[in-house]
Amino acid sequence: MIFKGLVKDLKTHIKDYGMFIALFVIIVLFSILTDGIFISPRNISNLLNQTGYIAVIAVGMTLVIVIRHIDLSVGFLSGFLGAIAAIALAFWNVPAFIVVPSILILGMIAGLITAYPVAKLGIPAFVASLAGWLIYRGALLLATLRTGTIIITNKGFNAIGNGYIPDLFASDTFLPDMHKFTLFIGLVAIAWLVYSSFNARKNKIKYNFEVVPFDLFILKLAFVSVIVAIVTWILAGYNGLSWTLVIVLLVVGIYNFITKKTVVGRHIYAVGGNPEAAELSGIDVKKITFLVFGSMGMLSGLSGILFASRLQSATTTAGTLLELDAIAAAYIGGVSAAGGVGSVVGSLIGAIVYTSLTSGMNLMGIDISSQYIVRGAVLAGAVIFDVATRKIGNK
Amino acid sequence: MSNNMILEMKGISKSFPGVKALDEVTFSVKEGEIHCLVGENGAGKSTLMKVLSGVYPHGNYSGDIVFSGEVQKFAHISDSEKAGIAIIYQELALVPELSIYENIFLGHEIHKNGILNWNETIKQAGEVLKKVGLKINPETQIKDLGVGKQQLVEIAKALSQDVKILILDEPTAALNEDDCDNLLQLLRDLKKQGVTCIMITHKLKEIIQIADTVTVLRDGKSICTLDASAGEVSENLLIKNMVGREIDNIYPNREHKISDEIVLEVNNWSAFDTKLGRKVLDNISINLKKGEIIGFAGLMGAGRTEFARSLFGNPDNYIVSGELKINGDIKSFNHPKDAVKAGLAYLSEDRKGNGLILQQSIMENITLANLKELEKNFVIDTNAEIKIATEYSKSLRVKTPSIEQLVNNLSGGNQQKVQLAKWLFVKPHVLILDEPTRGIDVGAKFEIYTLMNELVAQGMSIIMISSELPEVLGMSDRIYVVSEGRLTGEKHISEATQENIMQLATN
Repeated sequence: MIFKGLVKDLKTHIKDYGMFIALFVIIVLFSILTDGIFISPRNISNLLNQTGYIAVIAVGMTLVIVIRHIDLSVGFLSGFLGAIAAIALAFWNVPAFIVVPSILILGMIAGLITAYPVAKLGIPAFVASLAGWLIYRGALLLATLRTGTIIITNKGFNAIGNGYIPDLFASDTFLPDMHKFTLFIGLVAIAWLVYSSFNARKNKIKYNFEVVPFDLFILKLAFVSVIVAIVTWILAGYNGLSWTLVIVLLVVGIYNFITKKTVVGRHIYAVGGNPEAAELSGIDVKKITFLVFGSMGMLSGLSGILFASRLQSATTTAGTLLELDAIAAAYIGGVSAAGGVGSVVGSLIGAIVYTSLTSGMNLMGIDISSQYIVRGAVLAGAVIFDVATRKIGNK
Repeated sequence: MSNNMILEMKGISKSFPGVKALDEVTFSVKEGEIHCLVGENGAGKSTLMKVLSGVYPHGNYSGDIVFSGEVQKFAHISDSEKAGIAIIYQELALVPELSIYENIFLGHEIHKNGILNWNETIKQAGEVLKKVGLKINPETQIKDLGVGKQQLVEIAKALSQDVKILILDEPTAALNEDDCDNLLQLLRDLKKQGVTCIMITHKLKEIIQIADTVTVLRDGKSICTLDASAGEVSENLLIKNMVGREIDNIYPNREHKISDEIVLEVNNWSAFDTKLGRKVLDNISINLKKGEIIGFAGLMGAGRTEFARSLFGNPDNYIVSGELKINGDIKSFNHPKDAVKAGLAYLSEDRKGNGLILQQSIMENITLANLKELEKNFVIDTNAEIKIATEYSKSLRVKTPSIEQLVNNLSGGNQQKVQLAKWLFVKPHVLILDEPTRGIDVGAKFEIYTLMNELVAQGMSIIMISSELPEVLGMSDRIYVVSEGRLTGEKHISEATQENIMQLATN
């Protein structure tokens, strides 16, 4: 009986959990198909690090799509800024702590430049950013013209994409092979998750808001906690948390906070939901457009840093088609093209789903041609699922 | 008698959810006459023409359409076109980037085995253009023509087909005086050539000039048909038949306590719409006192919404001139946010289109325009937000299980209350309500009227734009009437009647 109720609850709230279930299915499926190699600490660690540079762009893209625009320029912008970072580090000997913030600022400026024709002149973002796509592609080739691939030797910079956080609780006796600090962070994360979920639920009940049934609430919380626990355990068994993952989690955390808790976040979703109503409510739609594109540019810079640092070099093709991967990740993560709907957490999950497919199929030795077809099918399936469940929600 | 009737619509009824738009309407048109169809906004004129042209297909209405002696069952606009009925809407349906001849034969291209014969097309286009008296190269692009000439192209397009009845929906609304005269002259010429013409119009003077017969609709019913040759068409008689609605006692009483303090003053306000290329407001001056409700009456397209929006930060980017004073200080707004800051609020006439964010909750909609007030350390104080939203939704009696409900799932009346709540939370001094009761039921209307009275009692001032004369007369302290962008009159409530307001609105 309980099980039946659960299935019914799941059906009515399928939209909220669809993404997690899909990710879970993919992980289990690949783990079986690869005899557990997929779930091995080394692979999971690699997979999450690979997700990094797509995920940060997907986060920015989410907001761009939420306000009914698109930014195609970000892939090559990311590649170009990565090359600038490499040149600054390798040829000009600029220290990493100056290079990183400078690249982020440059990225932001690039984003604002893309926003100008969109916000001020009403040119479709598709066209404006396509121009950027061409320009940054040329700029990347120009930057790497004489040298070809630029090797980065700066250890601090390369650690961003390859290093792991130090184990503050290193011990030879207690769990010697595990990264204890990572375990500790995982524990804290789960504790905070449980606390904040209960708190939010309590608040909602206090105000007579609709809440998911208690059994489903516990199930969801347990499910997420277990996933966090397993991932932490796996990562702790390898080298612990990577700096890339820390950065991604920070970015997602900050953006989630901004979109959910601040006035600016609310204004972004209002502009996406109904630009005219937002304008008439006293929201400066142009300002929001600049802000969202500026953030997108900054995250492109961050993505460029992550990518260059991971490869320890800047290549002539860095960032190629990255923008489309990020757009796919955002759509898999539940963003709506109609505007006003989509979350950055969803896009992170979307990015993980996307790279999991690549990773899993690589392990299985599936050739690249079939991989593209499968990825396309998953994207189509995700969007169809999204539209279908929205209809259920409206009834 | 019925031999020379080209069109007879008998007992036409058509309902929309909650409204009976047409109620047993009878409408007969003689062959070769100019027949004017008049009535207030919402009287059912456009609906009747949509029934006739097949926009609402057979089976969607009840009653019979007899055209050219046969009962017609149009399933689609193309059926009525084939039968010889052509409609020219107020919003012209031409493709601006195409030439005149391409537009005239759009959908009826002259071709042989799918290959277009442009020479023949241009030749025939030139011939129909001559018919409508337009001396212009048919290769000119539509976007290079003025509105008046575009209208003539539309008529030429209709004439290029074998048209028996030409229906014009407010053809002169967007035209200047010269173009108006030309058009009326053209209609007389076409009449001589045997074309029957139905014209929907608000301008009584035109009707007197041109009509052979006039049918008056009111509240979805055909009130009367007047014959010009029998001398029945006069301005007074038309107005009497158009209004004549009972003013029910649905307006709550209030004491008219108005101070002499002027909160809002607008002087010589004009606005030019660059997209339409014409003046939408011409030298309007009004004032609003503390605790006063002024009614802003006028017909559709008279410039009422344009006036409100041009005051409220001018989001349409009109070229505006004139002086706006709030509490005696001269103000100039570049964006709606400036207007909100200065204590103005504007309730949009189109709540779904640009008033509300439908896929967001009641709470998020109510707090949207004033989130700053809920901000604490850069974060929205969720508890305060819930408290405010609950308070406002309760005091306005929004019927909903929870303020987390999406606005999309609410009824029209409740959506309107949410929109009102949003603006009340801004705590404005001046509230501009644009058609506040459009499309909502009587109960919710009464609640909104009561609320308006409470607000002015607390010292707020309200500008109410409304197309419903009884509402304007029932709620206002003073009434301004606009027509074609000009202020045509100001009446204190004690001297206002439906007749004299309608007279000014059709001036």
